[in-house]
Amino acid sequence: MEWETVIGLEVHVQLATASKIFSGSSTAFGAEPNTQASAIDLAMPGTLPAANAEAFRFATMFGLAIDAEIGRTSVFERKNYFYPDLPKGYQTTQLEQPIVIGGHVDIAVNGETRRIRIHHAHLEEDAGKSLHEDFHGLSGIDLNRAGTPLIEIVSEPDLRNADEAVAFARRLHSIVTALGICDGNMSQGSMRFDVNISIRPKGEEKLGTRTETKNLNSFRFMERCIEQEIERQIEVLESGGSIVQETRLYDGDTHSARSMRSKEEANDYRYFPCPDLLPVILDDDYIDAVRQSLPELPEAKQARFQEQYGLSDYDAGLLSADAATAQFFEAAAAEAGDAKACANWVLGEIAARLNASDSSINEAPITANMLAGLIQRIQDNTISSKIAKTVFDAMWQGEGSADAIIEARGLKQVSDSGALEKIVDEVIAANPKQVENYRAAPEEKRGKMLGFFVGQSMKLSKGQANPQQLNQILKQKLEQ
Amino acid sequence: MHNLTLAEQKAQLEAKAFSSVELTQHYLERIERLDTDINSYITVTAAQALAQAEEADKARARGEGGVLNGIPIAHKDIFCTDGVKTTCGSRMLENFVPPYNAHVVDNYLRAGAVMLGKTNMDEFAMGSSNETSYYGRVHNPWAPNCVPGGSSGGSAAAVAARLAPAATATDTGGSIRQPASLCGVTGIKPTYGRVSRWGMIAFASSLDQGGVITLTAEDAALMMNVMAGFDHRDSTCIDHPVPDYSAGLNDSLEGLTVGIPEEYFGEGLNPETEKAVQAAIKEIEALGARTKAISLPHSSLAVPAYYVIAPAECSANLSRFDGVRYGYRCENPQDLEDLYKRSRGEGFGEEVKRRILVGTYALSAGYYDAYYRKAQQVRRLIKQDFDNAFNEVDIIAGPTATSPAFEFGAKGDDPVAMYLEDIYTIATNLAGLPGMSIPCGSVDNKPVGLQLIGKAFDEARLLNVAHRFQQVTDFHRQAPAEID
Repeated sequence: MEWETVIGLEVHVQLATASKIFSGSSTAFGAEPNTQASAIDLAMPGTLPAANAEAFRFATMFGLAIDAEIGRTSVFERKNYFYPDLPKGYQTTQLEQPIVIGGHVDIAVNGETRRIRIHHAHLEEDAGKSLHEDFHGLSGIDLNRAGTPLIEIVSEPDLRNADEAVAFARRLHSIVTALGICDGNMSQGSMRFDVNISIRPKGEEKLGTRTETKNLNSFRFMERCIEQEIERQIEVLESGGSIVQETRLYDGDTHSARSMRSKEEANDYRYFPCPDLLPVILDDDYIDAVRQSLPELPEAKQARFQEQYGLSDYDAGLLSADAATAQFFEAAAAEAGDAKACANWVLGEIAARLNASDSSINEAPITANMLAGLIQRIQDNTISSKIAKTVFDAMWQGEGSADAIIEARGLKQVSDSGALEKIVDEVIAANPKQVENYRAAPEEKRGKMLGFFVGQSMKLSKGQANPQQLNQILKQKLEQ
Repeated sequence: MHNLTLAEQKAQLEAKAFSSVELTQHYLERIERLDTDINSYITVTAAQALAQAEEADKARARGEGGVLNGIPIAHKDIFCTDGVKTTCGSRMLENFVPPYNAHVVDNYLRAGAVMLGKTNMDEFAMGSSNETSYYGRVHNPWAPNCVPGGSSGGSAAAVAARLAPAATATDTGGSIRQPASLCGVTGIKPTYGRVSRWGMIAFASSLDQGGVITLTAEDAALMMNVMAGFDHRDSTCIDHPVPDYSAGLNDSLEGLTVGIPEEYFGEGLNPETEKAVQAAIKEIEALGARTKAISLPHSSLAVPAYYVIAPAECSANLSRFDGVRYGYRCENPQDLEDLYKRSRGEGFGEEVKRRILVGTYALSAGYYDAYYRKAQQVRRLIKQDFDNAFNEVDIIAGPTATSPAFEFGAKGDDPVAMYLEDIYTIATNLAGLPGMSIPCGSVDNKPVGLQLIGKAFDEARLLNVAHRFQQVTDFHRQAPAEID
C-alpha cells in the first residue's frame, strides 16, 4: 500500500529577553546551577509574577513576521502538573486566547514552494532542568532556566515528509534569528521541536492516529527521527497492528525514540486563567509601532543579496537564512569588496567546518574581519588561492590574522622574477629528458606537457610561486 | 495603656507620656501572661520588637520617625516576614523562614511600627473558626469555649484581648469581617487591588485581600493610610490614588443613602443578632442617613460560586508545596511520587486537602464548564447586583455573621454549615468590593457585628460611617470582662 505522511510541528523558541518572563532574573545560559533563580522562580510562598513587556513585543514581532493576527486580548492560563523542575506545580502559558493567531510560513523543497499554515503561537514560561547524573541515584534540579520566556509555535498538519519538516524548521529558525528574538542556538536548547506524525493510505482523508515525539534539538535529529517514525508506523500497520496514541522521547545519543506515556496516562492539566496575571490588551498603536520596528526578513534579504551582490538565488537563499551568517557575510563583503569571494568562503570552507562541529557562525573561531583580510591578500596576489587554504586552516586553528600567518610561516607568494628564474633553471637542469621531449613536441601538444614543469617548480617553491609568472618564465626558458 | 486606642497611643507617644519601649514591653508582658489561654499568636518576636521599639524611641528623640512610629502591631502569619518564621497556620510551613518581607510588612516597617509577632489563623486561611490551624485553636476572648471566627481569628482575638492595638489580616470570603464580628472589634477588607498581595501567601488569588483589625474605625484609617498603595510586583494591584483615610472620618452623614438588602435578613439569621443590627441601622439613620430597601437577587448563589472558584484557585496555588524546595518533606521518600504524596498528605490538614480536592475536581476535564465556568458567570451576576444597587445607594448595611460566636466543634462535622458562616461576606469578595465589620451590640455577652459594604475604592466612606457610629456608641470600647 502507498502511504501518506502527515506531520505537524510544535516549536519552542526561547526569547532572547534579558530577564525572565515573570521575574527579573537573568536568562543567560550556562551559569552555575540555581544562581539565576529568584524567590519568584523558586515559587516561594507569597511571591507573584509580573509579565515582561519585552516578551510580548518579541511575540508580536513574530506574529507580524508570519502575517498572523495578533491577539488583542492575551490571557495567561495555568497548566497544572507536578514535576520537580516545575516549581509552582503549574506552567503559566496561554490556551484560549494566545498572542499569535494563524499566519503562515513559505518553504521551498526541491524547487517547489509550499505554504505551511501556523495554527497559533503562544507565550509561556520554560521549566527548569532535572539533572540525573552525578547525584548517586538522586536527581538535581537547576532552576536557572525556569521562567525563561518561550513562544510555542504550533503548525497545522501541513507537512508531508521529513524534508519539508526540516525546511519548515529551518525557515522558522531563520525568521526568529532575523527578528533578533531568539539567539537560535540549538545546542543550548534555544529552539526545540516536538513532532506529531501520523500516516494514512494515500487518498484517504481521515487522519491516522498520531504520535508525538518530544525533545528534538537539531535538524539532523529531527530528520532522522521522522524517517524512523514513519518507517515504524508503516511496519506496525502493514503487519496488522494499530498505532497507539502516545508521547515518545527522542534520545540524541542512541538516535532512537521510546514511548514516554500513552494517551491513557496523559495528564489532565486542568487549565484555568491565571488569577495573578490580568489579560494583556495590545492596541493598534502598539502593534503598528512593533510593525515599524521589524528588521529585514530572510525573504527580503535573499532578494536584496541577489540584486546587490549579484549572487545566485541559491547562494542568496543560504546566506540569508541565518541572520548571523548574513551579517557575517555582509560585514566581510563590505571590507573585502569581493562579495562573490566572500559568499564562496562562507558557504564553502566555513560552512563545512561549522557543519562538522554542529556549531553556529557565532561560535566560529574567525571573524568577518579576518576573512576579509584573507580575501584581500588573494586579491593583491600576496598569496595564491591554494596557499589561501593553508592560511585559512591556520586562522581556524587560532594562529591569528591572515597577515600574521603569512608573515610567520613565510607563505608570501614569490613574484620576484629572479627567484622564479632560479627555480625554473633548477627544474630544467634536473629533467633533461622531459625538456628534450618538450622541445621536440609539436606546438599543440606542448600545452599539456608544460603542466609537469609547473608542478615541479611549484613543489620546489613550496607552493608559493606566482602561477601566472611561473608559466610565463617556464615557456620562455623551455622554448629558448 | 492597652485600653487606649491606637490613635490615643500615637498621641501619647508623641506627647512622650510613655515610650515605645514601655508600650511594647507592656504588650509583651500581657501576651506572656494571657496568650497561653487565648493562643492568638503563633510566634512572638519579643527581642526584635524591643529592638525596634528602641529604634523608634531614638528616631523620635531625633525628631524623626514614620506615621506609626513606635506603635506595636501584630501581623497575621500569612504575611511573609524576613527572617521570621511564617507558617500560614500549617504544618507544611512549620519551619519556613522567608528571606523577604510582604509589601504590607515593609510598609509598616517604614512607618516605624513595631512587630510584636505573628498571629494564629486557619490553615492557609481556609476556615471560619480558626479550628483548622496546625498551631491549636484560638479562644474567643469574650467566651473562652467559643471560636474567634476565622480565618483571621488570631488577629481578631489579639486585638479584642488587647494583646495588640492593631493587627493585619486577610479576607478571601469574610476572613477579616467575620472574626472581627465574633470578637467585637473593627475590621476592614479593602477593595480588591487596593493593597499589594506581594508576600501574602495565596489562598485564592482573585479574592484574597489584605486589611486590618483594630479597636476603632479611626485606628483602621491610620492603619489603612500605611497599608494601601500601588506595588508593581502585584499585577492585580491597582494604581489608584490613596486618599488620607483619616481626613473624612467626621464628615456628616446627612444625605447618605444606606441600602438594606432584603436577602441579608432572611432565614438563618439569629433574631437577637438581627435586633442588634437593626438598632445599629436606626442609629445611623439618627445620624442623618436615609435607608432604602434593596435587593441583591443572586445572593444565594454567592456561597456555591465561591466554593468552586476559591478551591479551584487554591488547588493550583498550593501545588508549590511539594516537599521539593522548602517546607515540610516526609521522612525517607521512596521515590518522587511517594515524596509528593506523603509530604502533602502529612503537611496539609484536612480542610486544606478537602478544598484542594474540590478545586481539582471542579477544574477537571469534563467538569470545567459545569463548575468553574458557571461559577465565573455567577460571579459576574453578583457583581452586577452590586452595581445596580450602588446606582441607588451609597453604602450597604447588614449583619456580618448569622449569629455570635459558636462553641468549638459546633460545626466540626459539617463543612457546609461552616461555609454558611460567610453567607453575608462572600459576595463582597466575589465583587471585589470593600467591606467592614464594626461592633454593634451583643447576644449573651457575645459581640455582634454590623457589616458595611461600599463601592470600589470607597473605603473612606465606610470608615466615615463607622467612625460616626462609634462617636455615638460605645460597643467598640467594651473589653471582654475576663481579660484584664
